[in-house]
Amino acid sequence: MLSRVAESIYWMCRYIERAESIVRVLSVNANVQLDLPKGVAPGWKPLIDVLGANTAFEARYREYGERQVVRFLLGDRDSTSSVRCCLVSARENCRTVRDILPREAWQYLTELQLYVEDNLQAGLTRKGRYEFLDRIIRGCQMTLGLLGSVMTRDVGYQFLRLGRNLERADMTTRFVDMRLTVPESRKRIDPTVIGTVQWVNVLESLSAYQMFRRKMQARVQREHVLWFLFMDDEFPRSFMHCLNAVEESLGTLDNNRPCLLAVRQVIKDLDQTDVQTLDTASLGVRVDRLQRGLMDIHATVARMYFLPPVEAA
Amino acid sequence: MPVNLKAYPATDFFDETLERPNRSRSHATGLARLLRSLNDDELAARQAAAELAIKEMGITFSVYSEDEGTIDRAWPFDILPRIIPKLEWDRVEAGLIQRARALNHFIDDIYHEQRIVTAGVFPTEVLAKSKNFRPQCVGVSPPLGVWAHICGSDLVRDRDGTIYVLEDNLRVPSGVSYMLENRLVTKRVFPELFDRYAPLPVDGYAAQLYDTLCQLCPRRTEHPEIAVLTPGIYNSAYFEHAYLAQQMGCELVEGRDLFVDDDDCVYMHTVSGAQRVDVIYRRIDDDFLDPDTFRPDSTLGVRGLFRAWKAGNVGLANAPGAGVADDKVVYAFVPDFIRFYFDEEPLIPNVPTHRCMFDQERAYVLANLDTLVVKPANESGGYGMLMGASASNSERERFARLIRADPRNYIAQPTLGLSTVPTIVEGRIEPRHVDLRPFILSGRTTQVTAGGLTRVALRRGSLVVNSSQGGGSKDTWIVDTEDP
Repeated sequence: MLSRVAESIYWMCRYIERAESIVRVLSVNANVQLDLPKGVAPGWKPLIDVLGANTAFEARYREYGERQVVRFLLGDRDSTSSVRCCLVSARENCRTVRDILPREAWQYLTELQLYVEDNLQAGLTRKGRYEFLDRIIRGCQMTLGLLGSVMTRDVGYQFLRLGRNLERADMTTRFVDMRLTVPESRKRIDPTVIGTVQWVNVLESLSAYQMFRRKMQARVQREHVLWFLFMDDEFPRSFMHCLNAVEESLGTLDNNRPCLLAVRQVIKDLDQTDVQTLDTASLGVRVDRLQRGLMDIHATVARMYFLPPVEAA
Repeated sequence: MPVNLKAYPATDFFDETLERPNRSRSHATGLARLLRSLNDDELAARQAAAELAIKEMGITFSVYSEDEGTIDRAWPFDILPRIIPKLEWDRVEAGLIQRARALNHFIDDIYHEQRIVTAGVFPTEVLAKSKNFRPQCVGVSPPLGVWAHICGSDLVRDRDGTIYVLEDNLRVPSGVSYMLENRLVTKRVFPELFDRYAPLPVDGYAAQLYDTLCQLCPRRTEHPEIAVLTPGIYNSAYFEHAYLAQQMGCELVEGRDLFVDDDDCVYMHTVSGAQRVDVIYRRIDDDFLDPDTFRPDSTLGVRGLFRAWKAGNVGLANAPGAGVADDKVVYAFVPDFIRFYFDEEPLIPNVPTHRCMFDQERAYVLANLDTLVVKPANESGGYGMLMGASASNSERERFARLIRADPRNYIAQPTLGLSTVPTIVEGRIEPRHVDLRPFILSGRTTQVTAGGLTRVALRRGSLVVNSSQGGGSKDTWIVDTEDP
């Protein structure tokens, strides 16, 4: 398979996955604002923080209000942290490989992008938001579901899986990270209540709440959630599950040694850590390290399999 | 209301289907009978079915617009087939084979001893000012001595029914995918006509193209690695590039997918490492093929590709430099090529062409600008032309000055009355002008598509058949029987 083609499939998938994650976290955050008393609710800035989009955001807006953050995350034309951009990029990547993928993939992505363009204004209103976000999640899942159900399990599919799982692992660490930025409570409210609401929020963002309850049969407590989101090998958005899937995909490719080394290092690192017991500060440090590990895996995959960067003429 | 062929307007052009209103040509009686058995709504329903099929099959062409960037448009298609009797087609086919062989002889001769120049048949000054003559190709001997492996020659039929060659496209002729898809659509729309007519099949093209390309493989290998080189997704013919790659089961590559290594061989970047490429069907013009040899600013091509080709390590179709014969002045000499190389008379005539480089012919052109069509040597797609009959005085004067300033660059031809074919326009059947582009494959043997791509000018009275300018297309049938 051509390097360029593998790269396009990989990025297409990452962008679809990313669009879905942004929509999800936005939707959950909107909910949590309603659950917590004023002055305690974390507001909207953490969303931008967690996506690392502060510079781009601040170039356009002065305050981190709901209106600004939602507009930025849904409709910005330039930032890779906006749903609109992710979907445009997913479709552009799909365009170059549309003859290799099932025909419907292109069709679904085109429909989804048109839907976003046509309904963005409605989606920015509080009233229209729920339906708008819901339709995007469905569109993303439909496209990935289609690819999962009809694509031959060839090399191209492995790159699709790589993109999906690396993006998921990345988003999981980011969402946990968001929980770490606890707002300073200005009113006297039981901190465990706030904590619970926020951990539920994290689980919901990852569509993990239901699965967590079934698996853990425990109250939503920090250590359980952390274990579930990092270490559980059965939940498909847990960090460990994603990394195992990445390792499995890489195992089917040629010349995979450097990539496997990079993945195994991250897995080993995590295995040797007792994530449940980490305090907030050391968890933050750990999350940063995991994200650097993911970047390293991506860079190694790109070096081994993607087109070499264009040499200066 | 039943379809009424009596209302078909009479014109003084040659109509391919109806001799005169309500009177079909003998090869088209079956089509006429079917049309009379339908009513207007049924006909409209079949056209709608075709349009739906085209949408579903994703047959598109890309148009660039200032506002929207590149957009994909559904391929405009008219369901009424254009029928050509096989007896007539056999002569055309023989003529096209003769022509393609002569063109290849000419190109090979031009890059070697130039016998045709020495013999005084082809003036050297034409060559000196040729935009597509590539001095870098002098002395190179591509496999089989063939340079133009894929040739698209445009045919037109004049008022009296004579078929002429209008031009030869030897660089990157496009349209063959639409010829193939048109047939698939027509099969869905008029299955009953296929029973009656059994038009010669066209779907062997991809396999023939593949075989032709395999013959250029520099290595002894059972499975040559063949790639279609496209300028990318924003090219107007990208659909065709992807289509042909898919049909042949080979890779569709862009310039950045390929590189030439120190061993002068071409490789593509794959996820399993570098993989040797044996033959490239390139859909990029010479100019952009290799920044080391041609335009240094090209980002579409592959650095060192020419070097690899010259060393005989990769087959290129068409060969660089083949475009030298894709020049409207050179075109005017093709009948002379046929006489010179084969000692034969051309089986299909050229459109009578006046070459402004010769004093006498130029004087005639300048005196008759109001009836002639003037064309520059190296433009395509109808650019830079003068349609003398409809042009303003100042336009004609401008062209007179252009011709005097650079006579080598211009030819002139009489205004042809292109033949018409019944076409569905807003629910009615009306005559519309057509041309025909058959594709000729040259390798060890020379093969011609059964028919080709019929392009139709959908605007009333228009002679412009380009899809970017309101042209559509039709399926073209070569049928074996005179009266099915």
